[in-house]
Amino acid sequence: MTEQMSESGTSAAAPQGARDAANWAQPVTKLTVEGERAGALNLNVDGRGLTGPLQGFGALWQKTYRLPLAGVQATPAEVMAWWKAHLPELMPDDSRFYPSMTGVKPGEVVLINATLPAMFGAPPMPVSTGVLILYADDESFSVMTPDGHPESGFNTFSALEEEGVTFCQIQSLARANDPVYEFGFRYMGGGAQQEQIWRHVLSQIARHYDVEPAIDVRKLCVDSRMQWSKAGNLWHNAVIRTTLTAPVRWTKKALGRKP
Amino acid sequence: MPTANIGTLVRRNNGASIIDITGDVNAAADEALSAAFEDASQGGVKVIVMNFSGLEYMNSSGIGVLVTLLIRAQRNKQKLRAYGLSDHYKQIFTLTRLNEAIVICDSEAAAVAA
Repeated sequence: MTEQMSESGTSAAAPQGARDAANWAQPVTKLTVEGERAGALNLNVDGRGLTGPLQGFGALWQKTYRLPLAGVQATPAEVMAWWKAHLPELMPDDSRFYPSMTGVKPGEVVLINATLPAMFGAPPMPVSTGVLILYADDESFSVMTPDGHPESGFNTFSALEEEGVTFCQIQSLARANDPVYEFGFRYMGGGAQQEQIWRHVLSQIARHYDVEPAIDVRKLCVDSRMQWSKAGNLWHNAVIRTTLTAPVRWTKKALGRKP
Repeated sequence: MPTANIGTLVRRNNGASIIDITGDVNAAADEALSAAFEDASQGGVKVIVMNFSGLEYMNSSGIGVLVTLLIRAQRNKQKLRAYGLSDHYKQIFTLTRLNEAIVICDSEAAAVAA
């Protein structure tokens, strides 16, 4: 029985449709890395499932990084086309992206080889992981993390226009994937490093368009709760696995085999 | 920010709140969906059902908006359910693992009774 109603909005009744169908990755339960990625270490991605903002362990944060391209005569679609084409070059040395030859397309896997900062006398730690390109259109693309990635959630990279100015935006909606990562993000500089990565990317874009890197960062804690039921995500921790398997890779390399 | 192209209608059915959604669910839909959720929560309603029969378009930012609604529902100890999703959008809910927290039903009656 309908008891009361209130209505709002700008759109009338609409038929069922899917004009976004080509923009989404096909459903997958396990990731598969296809094709060679020169120079990339392919670990912790093949066979892994995906983890979204609901499957991680730590507090859920929405972090938004924005760069205005003031005075630049380029549409959001033009900016995004350049961004996608130059994605690997925009990343800092301690967080390299290796997309497939196909580029930034829905369903493609991007490998990531990164190094976590040295802390408390410990050496920097390598981490090999990746992301799935979940969604892509002319003005944006989003990635979703696999099991073992430091974060569990989405990152959306977009170009948009507001009041005649084109903005580049990176927005993450993610939580630390397991208790070790949560500790690392909170107390070992992981959060600051993550922020530095996205600032670096936007600074590189600013440099290309010859504008000031006036980057605005907004952070919103969407959910401060720890999801202790997800503590077992630690099993797939990519930093631990990358580190523990290093001697095997060194041995293979010494023997002239493919690591 | 894209222009909002979303319509919402909030109504009640057997103690549950139904939010009929038409148009586009993207970043620009955040304000309209948040307001509809607020409206739907009035009176301590414990079950909120989203009717996606009129959904025309959804991108990954739209999924993010739904995640934040879900967190609000969990904080309020409310159940969030959905129906009217086409096969395409059911696949997206599965891909993004939203289906693990939002129960997807075949009809409004099933969603209200679930």
